[in-house]
Amino acid sequence: MTVPELHRYTLANGLRVVLAPDTTSPVVGVSVHYDVGFRSEPEGRTGFAHLFEHLMFQGSESLEKLAHFRHVQSSGGTFNGSTHPDYTDYFEVLPSAALERALFLEADRMRAPKITAENLKNQIDVVKEEIRLNVLNRPYGGFPWIMLPPVLYKTFPNAHNGYGGFEDLEQASVADCAAFFDTYYAPANAVLTVAGDFTAETARELVEKHFGDVPARPRPQRPSFAEPAPDGEVRADIADRLAPVPAVAVGYRIPDPVADLDGYLTFLVLAGVLADGDGSRLQQRMVHGEQLVTDVSAGCGMFGPFEARDPDTFIVTAMHSPDVPVDTVLGALDEELAKLAATAPTEEELAKVVARWAATLHKEHDRLVSRTLALGSFELLFGDPALVHALPGRISAVTPAAVSAAAATLRPDSRAVLTISPAGSAE
Amino acid sequence: MSRTAEEIGRTELGPRPLPPLGEYRAATDLSYVDTVLDNGLRVVAVRQSTVPMVEVRLRVPFAGAEPRHAATAEVLSATLLTGTATRDRVGVDTELALVGGELGASVDPEVLSVGGNALADGLDTLLGVLADALTGAVHRDDEVAGERARLIERISIAGSQPSVIARKALQKHRYGDHPFTREMPEAEDVAQVGAEDVRALHRAAVLPRGSVLVLVGDVEPGTAVAAARAAFAGWTAEASAAVLPPLPELTPGDLLLVDRPGAVQSQFRLSAQSIVRTDPRYPALQLANLAFGGMFSSRLVENIREDKGYTYHARSYSEFTPDGATLLIDTDTASDVTGGALREIRAELARMVATPPDAAELETVREYAIGTLLIATSSQGGLASQIAALAMLGLGVEYLLGQPGRLKAVTVAEVAAAAAEFFAPGRFTGVIVGDAAKLGSLRELGGVTFP
Repeated sequence: MTVPELHRYTLANGLRVVLAPDTTSPVVGVSVHYDVGFRSEPEGRTGFAHLFEHLMFQGSESLEKLAHFRHVQSSGGTFNGSTHPDYTDYFEVLPSAALERALFLEADRMRAPKITAENLKNQIDVVKEEIRLNVLNRPYGGFPWIMLPPVLYKTFPNAHNGYGGFEDLEQASVADCAAFFDTYYAPANAVLTVAGDFTAETARELVEKHFGDVPARPRPQRPSFAEPAPDGEVRADIADRLAPVPAVAVGYRIPDPVADLDGYLTFLVLAGVLADGDGSRLQQRMVHGEQLVTDVSAGCGMFGPFEARDPDTFIVTAMHSPDVPVDTVLGALDEELAKLAATAPTEEELAKVVARWAATLHKEHDRLVSRTLALGSFELLFGDPALVHALPGRISAVTPAAVSAAAATLRPDSRAVLTISPAGSAE
Repeated sequence: MSRTAEEIGRTELGPRPLPPLGEYRAATDLSYVDTVLDNGLRVVAVRQSTVPMVEVRLRVPFAGAEPRHAATAEVLSATLLTGTATRDRVGVDTELALVGGELGASVDPEVLSVGGNALADGLDTLLGVLADALTGAVHRDDEVAGERARLIERISIAGSQPSVIARKALQKHRYGDHPFTREMPEAEDVAQVGAEDVRALHRAAVLPRGSVLVLVGDVEPGTAVAAARAAFAGWTAEASAAVLPPLPELTPGDLLLVDRPGAVQSQFRLSAQSIVRTDPRYPALQLANLAFGGMFSSRLVENIREDKGYTYHARSYSEFTPDGATLLIDTDTASDVTGGALREIRAELARMVATPPDAAELETVREYAIGTLLIATSSQGGLASQIAALAMLGLGVEYLLGQPGRLKAVTVAEVAAAAAEFFAPGRFTGVIVGDAAKLGSLRELGGVTFP
């Protein structure tokens, strides 16, 4: 495959721009990443970053309520937004004829969103329904992304529930929204990405035309969210009246992905050696061999890798029969980690993980929406969208010895263990 | 610098006009081969070179009338890729992993599906592993026992999900105990499945004749077909794979309230009889459905989500079987607004008849249908899944390529006719799953049967 064309530059108002032309299909992706996620929301306002994401769809100076959706869909496109620990993204994918429209829609809400009490109240209701659907009315709701952080982390930014408590959501005011927008939604705090069927020259003109006069505001100073790793094993249990079988999530701290990407990638490879595919260590032993668990998985990040800055989390989760004590599951995990720490994995084990990652990244880039979002998030978090294409090479450079050393750091005396206990049910 | 929300929402220049659409560029023609091998397996291979990967989809019609068919079929699909005479479970995974590949099997009342992908230069390995499983899976005693136990746990986990509970209730309400309703077997039936049952079903039912293999990726279609012909030469049988018998027509009727004590939300699952894709009225119905609840800017979503805040999720869509089709409406709402949501759903259905989509609404849904088809088929995975679904209905790539033309030809009168015929409130039936103790207000609305 040829190396994809990439252009990066910054507008006078501080907006960073990434252009990735590719004429394979007559479609374009447009995304805006704002450098604020739920780790930045204030105490007493849990869930605010996500609630605000909803409000950004509710109209702006040139767009009545509902107009954003109608313009995207009547241009043949799709849209969405999502809130992450360290950023919030918005995107459209459309036939390439609608490129200018998508830029117009994103620029209008970056310049002048219309925030009203009525829309705020309506979206608080919608967000509460989203939480009922995804958390409260289902078994294992919020497992582990809402439940594990307060066990592994101590400070509010890292530990609190990013979906928010209902009482906090209901307190959110229009003034809170205005202050949040002015502070965090400055062009200098955002990345605009355009990928797909266009020429760089045309896109530059259209970007300048629509975003050039968004007034500059200062880029907020991003605080460090660093905190020490737990001093010991911290355990917590949650009774879930809808869950039929127990589940466990184990969280460990891992290297800062931005400051030490290669160190971070070593843990990504370790996760593959542990739990990716029937031939992986934990699948072989815990699922098929001793049959301790129904499912086991391992990975970096609450929502996958490359989604957050420091501190990030290495997570192992498993669902197991009530007849198997959780300490048996943890014992098997610790033994497998100790084995890897003592003896490095084989070259073939690493070759499998490397090839599967290459394929995974290709598949991600096959879909224009995920390609666009990946370029934007890598510009935002790493200052380098080209890393998206360099990752397979960086992953293949991880050595067996490094994976072994990484396994040695996942110690029982510095981790969080969250268990879900079935608590009877009305079913 | 602290501005008010009003100050933020206004600029000196004022509102700006929406830019017009630019020039459309047509998708480049797909290069493909659609052929039937000597063993009766249909192979559709399409070149799509976005990334150096290849996607595979195999669909084997897999219906069975036996009451325990669903249980045996689930265990079969769970052990299909766990070993043959020449490869064990780890061997299968290792070979696939080394070409960046993966394969997964699943089964439903209609088809046994195997899907996966690999780096494009691993196509032969991918097909080799798949063909070996189809012709030589041994379903070892210990693998059957292990998968059976996992399946029983997974069934208990899935059975606690409200969406699964609601789907099961809808299927029972629509079709009684027709084999189509057995989407998830009972744990007791799974516990009875022996390895010999699985092997017998494999011999009798995993058949090439009537099945479809779809390959999409960075490969020449001719080369891909040749690779498939070589890999699947040993998969032969005279009999044809078993197609699900036609479903009975839906009978409209009251919604059945299914009690789920303690639930904080209610699941609505409504359904009505519809028409197949090849019916000349289908493009108009497809567009009418988009206007009703098939996209975000639809009447249903703008009403019960964006105006009323009753729900996060609401949609309507078509479900196809080889001989028929139904319309479905799904939404989930808090218990205390369940009555309000039902009133609004009924009102929106009535409005489809009284005030069908006008010319402007038609243009919106038409652009959406054509544009999202373009987006969905711009990726290898999306294109492969679309073609596989169409192939099970006896259609192919030419149907996909003709879709924009058919959508462009639909008139306002045709959409109005489809809206009046298929969205009439009296055509629907369905279920509401929720805490009956909190849903007393539904009694006053009528048309709901309480447990």
